[in-house]
Order: sequence, then structure tokens, then C-alpha cells
Amino acid sequence: MAKRIEATNVTAYYGGFKAIENINLTVEPKTVTALIGPSGCGKSTFLRSINRMHEVLPGARVEGSLTIDDQDVYDRDVDVTAVRRMIGMVFQRPNPFPTMSIFENVVAGLRLNGVRRKSILEEAAERALRSANLWDEVKDRLGKPGAGLSGGQQQRLCIARTIAVEPQVVLMDEPCSALDPISTLAIEDLMFQLKDKFTIIIVTHNMQQAARVSDRTAFFSIEKTGDPGRLIEYDNTQKIFSNPAQKKTEDYITGRFG
Amino acid sequence: MTTTLTPRRPRPPAQPATLRARRLPAYAAPVIAVAALLLAAALVYGAGIGGPVLVVVVGALLYLAGLFVAANAVEGRRSARNRTWSALIHSAFVLAVLPLASVVWTLVSKGSERLDANFFGTSMNNIGARDANGGAYHAIVGTLQQVGIATLITVPLGVLCAIYIVEYGRGRFAFTIRFFVDVMTGIPSIVTGLFVLAFWVLIVSPWFNDGRPGFSGFAAALALSVLMLPTVVRSTEEMLRLVPAPLREGAYALGVPKWKTILRVVLPTALPGIVTGIMLAVARAAGETAPVLLVAGGGAAINFNPFENNQSSLALFVYQQAGEASKYSPARAWTAALTLVALVLVLTVAAKLLARRNRLGR
Repeated sequence: MAKRIEATNVTAYYGGFKAIENINLTVEPKTVTALIGPSGCGKSTFLRSINRMHEVLPGARVEGSLTIDDQDVYDRDVDVTAVRRMIGMVFQRPNPFPTMSIFENVVAGLRLNGVRRKSILEEAAERALRSANLWDEVKDRLGKPGAGLSGGQQQRLCIARTIAVEPQVVLMDEPCSALDPISTLAIEDLMFQLKDKFTIIIVTHNMQQAARVSDRTAFFSIEKTGDPGRLIEYDNTQKIFSNPAQKKTEDYITGRFG
Repeated sequence: MTTTLTPRRPRPPAQPATLRARRLPAYAAPVIAVAALLLAAALVYGAGIGGPVLVVVVGALLYLAGLFVAANAVEGRRSARNRTWSALIHSAFVLAVLPLASVVWTLVSKGSERLDANFFGTSMNNIGARDANGGAYHAIVGTLQQVGIATLITVPLGVLCAIYIVEYGRGRFAFTIRFFVDVMTGIPSIVTGLFVLAFWVLIVSPWFNDGRPGFSGFAAALALSVLMLPTVVRSTEEMLRLVPAPLREGAYALGVPKWKTILRVVLPTALPGIVTGIMLAVARAAGETAPVLLVAGGGAAINFNPFENNQSSLALFVYQQAGEASKYSPARAWTAALTLVALVLVLTVAAKLLARRNRLGR
């Protein structure tokens, strides 16, 4: 089910500002790929252009081609909601829907896309919550508001919400940056399990995290402020963290950057 | 080592040696207040220049001064300023609430005289200047129908307009709409009344009415909806803008289409605020007199049909009864005013409860 993602010469703009330039990168199915790099280097922009979330902002646009199993997501006749159903996303800050209960949050994607039957929804909710390691903590209070959970639980709720629609790719934009180490560990464990079914791309500032969870790592960087971000190096995680080919990568990883 | 010119830095304030400081005892503030009032009474009555109101005013000023001096002497300047400003802010609150309390008290005390079944069960039909009975049934019916119709027209239109401005509008067109909504906010109610009179009553209504122009409650509802529209649009717009962008993105990322995101995520999140805005508009519309007088014409009889013939409303009833040359009419006016306020209050509370009902219990 998981899909291969191939980016060819992806360039993204915010209005007149070029945020990333000519990114070429292939993500294999059922792997975890980490995007690392300094702030403002375009990791998140690249991530958001994969499921066409970049263009949600006014004036933002993407050039180049981004294919998921040989279908270009930027083709003219592509339905953007279909792309986003196929490529789910978890955000930096947990964003459960405040008017919905835990249960409603998990099944929001299904319900808002027309699934009505209660038995299907209940089954999907339990499956997603179990996959997100949250079921035991919330099974007795599914009717309570999602916003009442702790930060780590909320983030796992958002992950459950994302995987409930059974996407084939899951994008994670610094999913642990607002979380404590225990919640972070829970989410990293989760990524190992989800890898069996999904292709995962994660943006992280935490290099230990990138080293722990990912199979492949892409290092992004910018020359100086105002320049577009570029892909500097993309290789197996072990290679990147032990013996990078580029001097810049080594400098960044060893903390000598800038 | 050479001496260099270093810019002189402002020194940080000296650290206090201890975290404890002397505090005024808890009884100090009430004692100062009583002393200030007594002193004020002595001053005012001694000089023979005023009554109890002046005593309270002078007493409040003396209290502020006394509090500042006492706190300054015991606790220091910062704390004295803090206490004085707190006292000022509390007095501002009391000053703001006073007129409200006064209005409520006046309405209840004067309005209770005719607060009987007869008032709510009869109209003013065939009630002469010498008749003590007569009521506002027709006016209550008129207000409910006119405001109801106006709300039915305004809420969908206003909410959709706000959704367009916030979620879809880009560039000049959205800006123009916003600008004209702002302009509409400033239109006096008499002008909307004239507009509906000229447009609806004189031009459109003859088509349905055998060529004769006719007053109707519906025309009043139209005028009221013109008044309500900018309030609903602006308040809804503000509330929609308060919905955090990550919520929308969260829904988009699940593959939910934009219209459904707005309908099922954005609107429910903003609902309590939107309802508050709508109720502000309803309250304003319910209190309007001029447009109703111009296009519904008022009337003494009960008319359940908002599309034909004259209708009255509570505000118009108050206006007419207050000007009537009958010793019984002022009491009717007061009771109608009380009814109007109570009606708006009940509607507001009901709407808030309804908006909260589909939120989740904590």
C-alpha cells in the first residue's frame, strides 16, 4: 500500500520569495525519511508541498514535478482532496478540533468524507487509537473533548486522526517539538510500527531523533538568509551520521554550522 | 591597559535585601473609606453646598487621596500607585454599571404597574383615552414577527458574506465588500426606513397589492435586516478570523474539502461568538422605532399577517403610548419597555444556551 515519492526539480515560492530550489529526492515505500537542516532552510516547505498544503497560504506556489507512484500530484486534473487523503500530515503543534470529542476527532476524516455507519466508525476509531498507542488511555472517555488531553496525548490523537483515514504516506512536521521526552519516545515507537504500513517523512530539529527513527536522511541548507533552501545531501541515515560526503553536512551534524 | 570610552550603561535598580515588605493591615482600606465618607459628609453639610450625591463623590476622592498617602507612607510608592489605580478601575466599573442598574430599576418599578394578564392578552383596539385597560399583545406579535423575519433574512446572508470575506475573498472585491459593510454600520435607522419605504412600499409592494402601495410588517423586517446586516457580518468576520489556521490545515490534511472544513470545523468553533454577534443585532433591531413607524405604520389592532396591513411593534408602542394624551398611557409605555428588555434578554439567554448545547461537557 505504501507509495514511492519522487520529487524532481521542486521549487517553491511564497509570493516573490523563493523558499526552496530544485529539490530532487526519491522516498522509498515503507521507510522513514528524516529531513534535517537549520531553521528556514525549507524542510517544512518541501514537506508541505508534497501533500499540496503549501498552496493553502495566499501567494504560495510550487514548480517542478512531484510524483507519488508515477502520478504527478501537481497535474491539472488532480483533485487536491484526493492527494491529501492519500498523504496524511501531522503538524508541529497538536491541533485537535476543539468542538469535537476524542471519538469525533479520530473519525473526523472519515465522517467528513461521508462515512456514516457507526460500526465502521467505531472500529476505525479503535484501530487508529490502538495504532497510536492511545487506546488504553482514552477508551473510557471517548466522549470527552479532545482538547482536554495532555499535549502528548493530543499529538497522538492527531496521529490517530491522520492514520484513521488510512493514507499511504504520513508527513510529520516536527511532531515532537512541543512534547516531553516520554511522549516523544511514545511517538518514535509509533513510527517504528507505522513503518510497516506507511511511508513516513519527518521533519525534525532533533538529530538524535533523526538518527534513531529514520532509514534515510536528507540534509537541507541555505547559503545565507534570503537564499532558497537546497538539498545538500541525501543518503542512508547511518552514512549521513557517520561519514557524510559533504563538508556542510558534517559541519551541521557535528554542531560546527554557521 | 589603555582606557577606552565605554558607553555608560543605566544601572539596574538595587536589589532589595529582603523579599518581605511592610503591608497595610487588611482593615486599613475600609477604615480609610469610612473616615473619608465621614469627612466628606462633615465638609459638604457643614458648608451647606450639597446632598448625599456630593458626599459620595467627595468621599471617593478623599478615599483615593487617603489611600495613596497611607500606602505611600507604609508600603512605598509603587504599592501606593498600584492601590490607587486599582481603586480607580473599580470605581470606573461601578460608574459604568450604575446607569444599567438605574435603567433596570426604573423599568421594573414603573413597569410593574400594568404587568398583568390584560396587558399581554389584549391590543389597543377600541381603547380610548379614558380606558384604563388595553395592552401590547399586537405590539408583541409585531416585534416577534418583524425581528424573526429580519433574523431569518439576515443571518444566512450575513454569515455567508462573512465566510466569503474571510475564507474566499481575495483582493479588491473582498476589500470593497468590507468597506461597504463598514459604511452600512453608520447608516441611521431612519434612512433604512426611508429606503424601504421608497423601494419596497412604494415601488415593489403595489405589484402584489392591486396597484396600491401598502404598509406591512415584512417591510419593517426588511428595514431591520438592513440595519442588522453589518453587525452580523462584522462580528461573524471577527469570530471566523479568530479560528486558528492550524485547525483549517488539520482538516485539509485529512482530505476534507474546503467548504466542508468551513461548515464542520470552522463554523462550530466560532459558533458561540457568532451567536453573540447575532443577538447584538437582534437586540438592536428589536429596539428600533423609526423604520417600523415609516413602513409598517403602527396600528392598534392585532395583525398576525406580516405581509399585509399595518403592524405595530413594542418600541413603536412605547413611543406612541409615551406621547398619548391619556393618564393611563405612560404606565402602558413603561410596561411595554420592560417587556421589550425582558424579551431581548430571554432571547439572548436562549440563544447562548442553544449555542452551548452542542459544545462538549468538560
